Amino acid sequence: MDDGSPVAPDRPALVGRNAVDRLYRAALTGLALSLPLLLVALLAELVASAWPAITRFGVRFLWTSVWDPVAGVFGAAPMIFGTLASSLLALLFAVPLALGVAIYLTEFSPKWLRQPVAFLVELLAAIPSVVYGLWGIFVLIPFLRGYVVPPLRGVLGWTPFLQGVFYGNSLLAGGVILAIMIVPYIAAVSREVLLAVPSSQREAALGMGATRWEAVWTAVVPYGRAGLIGAVILGLGRALGETMAVTMLIGNRHDIGLSVLQPAYTMAAAVANEFSEATTNLYLSALFEVGLILFVVTVVVNALARLMIWRVARGTAVGSRAL
Amino acid sequence: MTTLVGVLSFVAVLALAVILGYLVVKGASSLDWNFFVKNPVPAGQAGGGVANAIVGTVIIVGVAALIGLPIGIGTGLYLAEYGSGRFGWIVRFVADVLNGTPSIVVGIFAWTWLVRPMGHFSALAGSVALAVLMVPMIARTTEEMVRLVPHSLREAALALGYPRWRTSLRIVARTALAGILTSCLVGIARIAGETAPLLFTALGNLNFSSSILQPMQTLSLQVFTYGTGPFDEWHRLAWAAALVLMGLVLLLSLTARWALRSRHGAAR
Amino acid sequence: MAPPADARLQLEAVRLTALYGRRAVVKDVSILFPAHSVTAVIGPSGCGKSTFLRCLNRMHELSEGGWVTGTVLLDGADVYDAGVDPVQLRRRIGMVFQRPTPFPTMTIYDNVAAGLRVNGGRSRGEVDAAVEQALRRAALWDEVKDRLKKSALDLSGGQQQRLCIARALAPEPEVLLLDEPTASLDPAGTQRIEELCHELKHRYTIVIVTHNLQQAGRVSDYTAFFYLGDLVEVGRTEELFTKPAQEQTEAYITGRFG
Repeated sequence: MDDGSPVAPDRPALVGRNAVDRLYRAALTGLALSLPLLLVALLAELVASAWPAITRFGVRFLWTSVWDPVAGVFGAAPMIFGTLASSLLALLFAVPLALGVAIYLTEFSPKWLRQPVAFLVELLAAIPSVVYGLWGIFVLIPFLRGYVVPPLRGVLGWTPFLQGVFYGNSLLAGGVILAIMIVPYIAAVSREVLLAVPSSQREAALGMGATRWEAVWTAVVPYGRAGLIGAVILGLGRALGETMAVTMLIGNRHDIGLSVLQPAYTMAAAVANEFSEATTNLYLSALFEVGLILFVVTVVVNALARLMIWRVARGTAVGSRAL
Repeated sequence: MTTLVGVLSFVAVLALAVILGYLVVKGASSLDWNFFVKNPVPAGQAGGGVANAIVGTVIIVGVAALIGLPIGIGTGLYLAEYGSGRFGWIVRFVADVLNGTPSIVVGIFAWTWLVRPMGHFSALAGSVALAVLMVPMIARTTEEMVRLVPHSLREAALALGYPRWRTSLRIVARTALAGILTSCLVGIARIAGETAPLLFTALGNLNFSSSILQPMQTLSLQVFTYGTGPFDEWHRLAWAAALVLMGLVLLLSLTARWALRSRHGAAR
Repeated sequence: MAPPADARLQLEAVRLTALYGRRAVVKDVSILFPAHSVTAVIGPSGCGKSTFLRCLNRMHELSEGGWVTGTVLLDGADVYDAGVDPVQLRRRIGMVFQRPTPFPTMTIYDNVAAGLRVNGGRSRGEVDAAVEQALRRAALWDEVKDRLKKSALDLSGGQQQRLCIARALAPEPEVLLLDEPTASLDPAGTQRIEELCHELKHRYTIVIVTHNLQQAGRVSDYTAFFYLGDLVEVGRTEELFTKPAQEQTEAYITGRFG
């Protein structure tokens, strides 16, 4: 090609490497690497610190109930029970409410109402846990004691779930505060899942003569089912790991009982209450094991939830704003 | 049925109104000048304030933001720019999973990494714990905001001879700046109210302290200790501290929303 | 008008194949773009003409799964050579897209100066002069000279597109690639751009992708017809339009498909 024609002097050479580009990419990759590393470090550190307790008690730790720091015997069954019980109680109250809000906002509410209500619901998610706890102590518990528990006992007092004296701090109080806390969360994620359902689904059902409700029930909800279940599981993950409000309301007693009026304990609350009091290495180690169990359970629950949500709303950071 | 879901929504909004209402009624009556400028007085005495907790909150959250925001934003940029492969998928997934990690677990993690080796509690350990909570959230929201920038802008810059890094920072990130700021504010708002990760890190402090290597008080810890304590005077201060904390969080959330709205015309 | 110093510059694709993953969208295309002329690339949508254009400044490889075989020669230099920095290449080959893409956070002035600043090494006065010159060449100067510090988003669609042309011209490229530059413009805006092509070809080598045959006839000296990824025919525009050599070409330009 080159027949000796002069090349314009200011014509830049094509040859070169953009070192800064590679540096930039390497730097960002390094930062991104911090997250997987963090996960691994968290897990490794918890396992290492919990190791004495793990080797000492084995799997027995999960189902024995004795928690005796003085004797150096630890079993986490009451906390595991309390964690599950309070979370399931919370889901029982929160799921209908949250799904109702989500369906109302995406399908039925007047347009002008959507943004404000969505915003208010998200504000609920912004309230700090400790403020919920404070509110629970001074408002929720007196309210339950005065207006909820007596009539409830009148109707269902014969069941094993409502036995004993109601002092306030109890499984019920913990479950209700958890429910209030996870409603906005489940609602926000469900709303995004429902918004991700293609409107063609809706229109197809409406076109066949379905009412709005039938369309929601036969087309929209089934299409988004995996995502909605994911939203609920995500709420469950929140409830399992929630610490402050529960610690302030659940009563913190190492005991397994069916009555929701009795105090109970959760794993998060046990760590929060006892970690700084742990006098022996074994005691500390047992608390680390509680933390480890909590961590593993929430990781599994969250991973499950994410995978289900991604099936509907692929790869999106659904709900991250509502966290 | 329509009415039913409407009522359910109303109930949810009502819950917010009730909680905020109590907060304002109970808290506002205890707010006075002393509350902001005085430190706590010994238990049982009347008066005093939470100046130390206000300053402590600002310092701890500020240091956490200094640590967490660059990592979070950088990770978010990575996910948006280079995150289409397998590693990107892993990072995204881990971020979402960590987003749901109980904050108390992060607290004991920070304890083992900072408090135990240093031999004493410190505000810095609290900041690190909060930063750990912040990173995954900032990363995912930043990614979302950066992805909103049209691909055509990126191509236009590259076609103009912009190197990749400069396209990413000068054009893409700059265009998404309002959104990134929003996600930062929301992230800060979220950690400002955290208590559990501070229990064994920042610990709390009855006196005024501005050294990040020493234990430090925050508003959230103050609400916890005073709210669960036995004295009426403490309860009064707990409500006031909760109101101030909530005001801070709301201010950040509203500013975040406003920042996004003013850029995009309307929030999503 | 005396020919500029780089009169001999030419752009040439040699056995160029562009792929997405394993799917070839441009197949074994060899074509030479004579200097200081306008070459139109026409063909039905999906024929690979835009992808082909994006291979010329190595933009195709930025698409997910995009890669090429064969090569492109700029001034005889292989632009796909391992040592070539695509960033440097793109500073010598300007590109304008279907839709106007002004940088929304920048002023009109900053938009035009963007490509200059990324090169660096220019004084403020030189940048000022280059911006004015680019805007004049893009026939936009008179309309914006009093509001250079305003946001580029305040301009009309046609003005935005000319701004993008000015932005592409400012770094003094040798080649200008236009990818359906009038697709989103009204007739008046389209006419301005077409007039610009005539004026600009004295300084630049222009390749314009268009699905508008009339436009190809109006602005170009040469026309290349693509169909299903193949270069069917290339020739002087009036010849290709009046007596096409290939049956497919004739069918397309007489409107039998497309």
